Amino acid sequence: MQIGRAQRARRARAREGLRQTTMISVFGREIRVPSHLARLVFFGFLSLTLMVQDHRGQHLEKIRAGLSVLAYPVLLIAALPGRVGGAILGWFVSEATLRENNEQLRAERQLLLVQLQQYEALEQENQRLRGMLGSAARVADRALAADVLEANPEPFTRKIIVSKGARDGVFVGQPVIDAHGIMGQVTQVASDHARATLLTDPGHAIPVLVVRSGLRAMVLGTGDQDRLRIPYLTAAANVREGDLLVSSGMGGTFPAGYPVAQVTRIVNDPNESFLAITAKPAAKIGHGTQALLIWPGVKPPKLMDTAK
Amino acid sequence: MKLGPTTKSRLALVSTFAVAILMSVMPGPGWAEPFRPDWVGLVLIYWCMATPTRVGVGTGWLLGFIQDVLFGSLLGSHAIAKTLIAFITLKLHLQLRMFPRWQQAAAVLVLLMLNQLLVLWIRGLSGQAPETLIYWTPSIVGMLVWPWLFVILRDVRRRGRVT
Repeated sequence: MQIGRAQRARRARAREGLRQTTMISVFGREIRVPSHLARLVFFGFLSLTLMVQDHRGQHLEKIRAGLSVLAYPVLLIAALPGRVGGAILGWFVSEATLRENNEQLRAERQLLLVQLQQYEALEQENQRLRGMLGSAARVADRALAADVLEANPEPFTRKIIVSKGARDGVFVGQPVIDAHGIMGQVTQVASDHARATLLTDPGHAIPVLVVRSGLRAMVLGTGDQDRLRIPYLTAAANVREGDLLVSSGMGGTFPAGYPVAQVTRIVNDPNESFLAITAKPAAKIGHGTQALLIWPGVKPPKLMDTAK
Repeated sequence: MKLGPTTKSRLALVSTFAVAILMSVMPGPGWAEPFRPDWVGLVLIYWCMATPTRVGVGTGWLLGFIQDVLFGSLLGSHAIAKTLIAFITLKLHLQLRMFPRWQQAAAVLVLLMLNQLLVLWIRGLSGQAPETLIYWTPSIVGMLVWPWLFVILRDVRRRGRVT
């Protein structure tokens, strides 16, 4: 390989530089620059300490929230090209398509309103019956709409960022839903945004109930966008393909009765002790740009006041 | 505006890192996610190899830490992995410079996989680790883009007079 004179000179200069920078002056005293190995050890220990603190203790919560606020603009900038592209495409939607969409939405709204009439009557009847039984009335859940910021998470995790944070009363463990079912739960909160772990994250689990049979089970994420798995059910379990799974409310994180998933496939391998069951999340995960944060009904009255 | 040589070279360094960070968090279609190379790792390896006096272990740690904050992952997990690959690249930078391009790409593959392995171990220890083999595709894609990235970054280095 031919090396030009200029390049050779530059390399010689670089070598000089290497030799010169082995000493630096700190507070007027000449000391040796720490070797690469020393730096590796130092930064390695720093990282280990951070990891242990972040995993075990709660000391880093505040720092993490602060850093997250600083990082938010970077995520916004990263999401910009996609948003601008979407906006530009939006200009070219034909009027006919818009009309059609409008018609469709009107029809849907009519249907929903009709259902709502019945719902209100049922709600009242339910309250009355509960009153006669003497049990506590179920309060409706308060919900807050939030924008979902698309951002690439750590590879092979399933997380989203929502545009509401501690300022709006968002808390860790808060359920996040969309129009079709449960999406996941909030796991990190900063002042103006929050990160939620989705049902499909490999580290997520949610207790559920099979609507048809009342069977209790657990739904785990797999890391795939539209596949969940249900472990520990034996061949005797009353579960079929197509069964709807709703949250059971056990554990207290998720309120009961929200759709979670639908069973898509059951494989009974005689060599295994449990069934291999896969399910599809009910929420439209990865499609929507809106999510709802909910405050489950039974909460201190203060929260309910702010809802009004 | 006239920029001094140090300002110019600093600008070249910082801007390549900034672009790499943006490209690593930019949202893309779901199917493309496993094919996204670790841009930050690649750029870090390049600068550690080309200018070991300016970019090193500390830069690696800082970049990893920024990634941890942006990804919302365990603080320190990407930082320690990036620190390690920066260190190894520094130790081997003279050999790496002499390698033919394909051999360099193979070395980059090993470095990127080491980075991923460390992150995988940490995720396994602290929670749930992904179990698919697709987990490794970013490293392979990283190896494939290396020759082109090398040419682009070399150009940036020459224009910015980063030595």
